[in-house]
Amino acid sequence: MLWVLIALLPGSVAMSYFYGTSYLVNVTVALLAGLASEAACLALRRAPLSQLGDGSAAVTAILLALALPPNVPIAVVLVAVVSAISLAKHLYGGLGHNLFNPAMVGYAIVLISFPADLALWPSPTDANTGATALVSMRFRDGLTVAEAWRPEQGFGLVGDFSWEWINLAFLGGGLLLCLKGFAAWRVPAAMLATLGAFALVTYDGGSSASAGSPMFHWFSGATMLAAFFFATDPVTHPISHRGQLIFGAIVGAMTFVVRAYGNYPDGLAFGILLANALTPFLDKRLAAVRA
Amino acid sequence: MQELALILVGALLVNNFVLAQFLGLCPFIGVSGNYDTAVSMGFATTFVLTLSACLSHVSYHYVLVPLGLGYLNIITFVVIIASVVQFTELFVRSVSPLLHQALGIYLPLITTNCAVLGVALLALGQGLTFLQTMVYAIGAALGFTAVLVVFAAMRERLEHADVPAAFQGAPIALVSAGILSLAFLGFAGLGG
Repeated sequence: MLWVLIALLPGSVAMSYFYGTSYLVNVTVALLAGLASEAACLALRRAPLSQLGDGSAAVTAILLALALPPNVPIAVVLVAVVSAISLAKHLYGGLGHNLFNPAMVGYAIVLISFPADLALWPSPTDANTGATALVSMRFRDGLTVAEAWRPEQGFGLVGDFSWEWINLAFLGGGLLLCLKGFAAWRVPAAMLATLGAFALVTYDGGSSASAGSPMFHWFSGATMLAAFFFATDPVTHPISHRGQLIFGAIVGAMTFVVRAYGNYPDGLAFGILLANALTPFLDKRLAAVRA
Repeated sequence: MQELALILVGALLVNNFVLAQFLGLCPFIGVSGNYDTAVSMGFATTFVLTLSACLSHVSYHYVLVPLGLGYLNIITFVVIIASVVQFTELFVRSVSPLLHQALGIYLPLITTNCAVLGVALLALGQGLTFLQTMVYAIGAALGFTAVLVVFAAMRERLEHADVPAAFQGAPIALVSAGILSLAFLGFAGLGG
């Protein structure tokens, strides 16, 4: 868990650089709420409080704070963290027993409950809040890609300027995690490859109906954060190597389908939850094939 | 052709009968405890659902409507579903008595699976043609089967989890179904 926190550092620094202190407030609130609900759940289940020291609650809380917009109301952060720890983790028997990634469940719950709050990210260039690159892409009223991305709104080469750096930082941290062997590299590799392949096949050079280039999909939104930190939760992805490749491909495909055709601007949370749900099935089927 | 594909995806994923329309929850919770039973139940339901939806369509448009008895649709559909289930039960009993025993009360209960009647009535309400009704029923049935099978694998894993006593069994299954339903919300908006 310590290495996960270290690997999150570059991305966190990038996010605080672009979005400032309000985001650090979120991390603090999430951490306190996460540890408090973890302690409460452990007490209710009459489990030793020393389990608090495994750091999993802290990782879940920090991941959630990183995934939520920095100026989201505190109540939203609290709902996300408390439901992640209590509903998605302790109801299933605590660390190692959960079927779904707790942080992703918390995120999906607030995404469905407060969609407007989650769509607004502050603009890194001025004090206004605005839509993210993915939201602009989704609701651009027939503009071409070049028309929708005006540089003065903080868009860079392939998407949001700040998000390119943030995703790059998370990519770096994620690679470290894979090199150290704490994350199964097949999951993010298969996910990013599938996402890129879908984007490449449907890419038409940026017309009004285009869904964006592979670079846009890789480096906008929370793609890298989700690929390396949410999807690689070892409890909720398959054990076998083939299973991990299929798991990653499902996440990538679902993410692209939602981004390109669905109602929501981003599909990472749905993709990961769906793949989490398929994990026991994949483990069972692939084991049966081998036997 | 594209229209049929949209109907199929719509019934399979976007408006999944279990996770988006909350129909057929009784067998979904009741039979998902065991993986192999769930697979068999899924295929039995697929068969009944498709056949009864088609028969309902034919009987409504070619018998009830010409006779001016359209208001009798629900009772007619229930009778059709019940006879198809009887037929399936006889078939399963003679082919695999073991499976018949494993499915137990849930096999005749396909009659009261609201998804089966739901498909027949919803297809009617949307004014689908015969071919469209068939595709719609196959999509709904495959969606039901897929969710049932995936969910059965999840519940087998849950048996080894240290779930608090108050939440063991159906409660934790319903919580998981709720989270799975959250994931299926991502399909909203597909196919127009």
